[in-house]
Amino acid sequence: MSITHPSCRIVLSAISRSARSPSSSSRVSLSQLRHIHTRSSNWYPNRASSINSQRWKSWRALQIYEHAQKLPSATFAAFARSRRRFSSTPISRHGHLTPPKPGEELSVTFVDKEGQSHSFQVADGDNLLDIAQAYDLEMEGACGGSCACSTCHVIVTSDHYDLMPEPDDDENDMLDLAFGLTETSRLGCQVKMAKELDGLVVKLPSMTRNLQASDFESK
Amino acid sequence: MQLFRRTPYVCPGCSRKLVSSLRRRNLSKVTFNDFRNTPRSFSHARTKRPFRLAIIGSGPAGFYTAYRVMQKVQDAVVDMYEHLPVPYGLVRFGVAPDHPEVKNCQEKFEEVASSPRFKFIGNVDVGHDIPLPSLKPHYDAILFAYGASKDKKLKIPGEDLEGVYSARAFVGWYNGLPEYANLDPLLGAGEEVVVIGQGNVALDVARILLTGVDALRKTDITERALETLARSKVKSVKVVGRRGPMQAAFTIKEARELMNLPSVSFEATDSSLFPADITKLPRVQKRLTQVLTKGSAASASTASKSWDLSFLLSPKSFNDSPSNLGSLSSIEFEKTEFTPDSDPFDRNAKVTSTGRTTTFPASLAFRSVGYKSSSIPGLAELDVPFDERMGIIPNDPYGRVMNPQSGPGALTAGPVPGMYCAGWVKRGPTGVIASTMDDAFASADAIARDWKQQVPFLNSDNSGSTGMGWDGVKEEAKKRGLRPVSWEDWKMIDKAEKERGNAVGKEREKFTNVSEMLKVLDS
Repeated sequence: MSITHPSCRIVLSAISRSARSPSSSSRVSLSQLRHIHTRSSNWYPNRASSINSQRWKSWRALQIYEHAQKLPSATFAAFARSRRRFSSTPISRHGHLTPPKPGEELSVTFVDKEGQSHSFQVADGDNLLDIAQAYDLEMEGACGGSCACSTCHVIVTSDHYDLMPEPDDDENDMLDLAFGLTETSRLGCQVKMAKELDGLVVKLPSMTRNLQASDFESK
Repeated sequence: MQLFRRTPYVCPGCSRKLVSSLRRRNLSKVTFNDFRNTPRSFSHARTKRPFRLAIIGSGPAGFYTAYRVMQKVQDAVVDMYEHLPVPYGLVRFGVAPDHPEVKNCQEKFEEVASSPRFKFIGNVDVGHDIPLPSLKPHYDAILFAYGASKDKKLKIPGEDLEGVYSARAFVGWYNGLPEYANLDPLLGAGEEVVVIGQGNVALDVARILLTGVDALRKTDITERALETLARSKVKSVKVVGRRGPMQAAFTIKEARELMNLPSVSFEATDSSLFPADITKLPRVQKRLTQVLTKGSAASASTASKSWDLSFLLSPKSFNDSPSNLGSLSSIEFEKTEFTPDSDPFDRNAKVTSTGRTTTFPASLAFRSVGYKSSSIPGLAELDVPFDERMGIIPNDPYGRVMNPQSGPGALTAGPVPGMYCAGWVKRGPTGVIASTMDDAFASADAIARDWKQQVPFLNSDNSGSTGMGWDGVKEEAKKRGLRPVSWEDWKMIDKAEKERGNAVGKEREKFTNVSEMLKVLDS
């Protein structure tokens, strides 16, 4: 097998290792993964250097892997390939996220349009838009998180809505324009993680009209 | 290469190698389907060459569609044609200069443009500079995203009097649109202004007229507009609509901004136009009503300027005065009322004329009753219809261009292969950035889906597209003496504009005519 790209090689070696020994462990072990990315000095092949903290890099890579581990093993390979190829935001904006201090991790779960849950451990003060973008979830932030559009609309589905500081007029003005507004809608850029929001679950509303299979059959 | 792959991503080449190697080892755990059934890898649907898409127009609809198509169709190559040397359409020429945060979406567009799979071809007016059909042989699909370049007229007497402007022209002028660079509206003609129409463009016009000129100096409004605004005598702006406040098209943010302008007061609206118990209104109307009934931060006694919203009035004629023939002095309106079967607090309530009239003095009037798309030459040759009445290209809701004649039977409409539309030319001139993005994504999803499903595209009936894209069109452009502007060229213009802005303490000083823009490149 002649796989040339370093990043591909790391992912694939993990996949093939787990595939090679299905009986012992159908999943990649965490220690294996830790090994992979401490060994890898260039985890992000085309990444500019604006996120320069090595600690952040390896922490985030680990997060993504831990997330992948929770998926059914058959989808792991699919997961590896299905990640977005085309970044949605300028790199400069991803720098906001700071790794949580050990013991102070807050859990947040995003339910995407396909109904798939994605849980992350994040730090106090991170906003939902930055988190979603750092993990490549499909959330746009057309105005760059300045509360001037409604593209980062999320729906709070856990009991945390009432624990959040109330949306201000600017946020409500933008929510008024959001597609599929609900009683517990918020703008992702305005919701900051806090201790009382640990365990928060938000749904990403389906933005575009859903294309039905029947729309194509006649063609 | 600016495509940032930030996550465990395996490129198609490597994963093919992996799959074949795993299969050779006959591993049951990993099957080819694990890799094949991934949602985002539509590639090589029918040929080994890339999917070639031409986009006409470089506004938000064009860019968001390009972004999504490039994301969903792995090997899509996009050429974007723009008639001006500068990109971004209404983000540059429509969004008000005091709303810089709305323009942040340009960062995304820049990222799209930095992809090697994207090409910007500015200063080439498809349909005028080069015939639209000359694109056809070289692409698999053409997306029309050229927006709405005209505005609706009122068609009432006196519309050509001096002092009557289209809001589109005024907005274009202060934003540096070359088409209206020399508009120089007569803001010194008098104190009273009437804006006809109650959309966000109408409120933008009112806000720019009422904002103190010093508050605009740091924005990217043109210096020429600043000079003219500094000499403005405007004291009161009346924003007039045919229906009531519950039917007005403006959004709450714009209304709130006007309410918060320093030393501008709001003349209260007749309370009978609002329901007695506003708490029963739906959320959006309720919040808007609260803003309108609360009124302005500045009080009428201390404020130097004022504005108001006048409802249930339909314009009848623009009149000049005997002492000043040819110049606007007053506007006559016909009063309207809600039809007996309409609920006045319903969004879709209808009005009818009462026959009674009222006249407002005005030395300036702006007509702001909507933008309108127009056809571009050559559409018919590509079987693309244009609905003149609606001002759109007929399409299914997903952006596939529909032709009334191309269905399977004699009387059915059907999609025109390889033709798509997005943005205002698709759904009419309404909506904010978020709705344009949603709509562009719907069009892009349709394109990606169609390509994957192998429905007919351009040239499917004969040998297929040449797959050359711009390289095939280039010769034609050269023959006609065109000077195409690349993305690198635009970056030079961009840099020059920023330098000019720096010199006068603002973010950017736009070039307001095409020859100035080109001089940056070719001098």
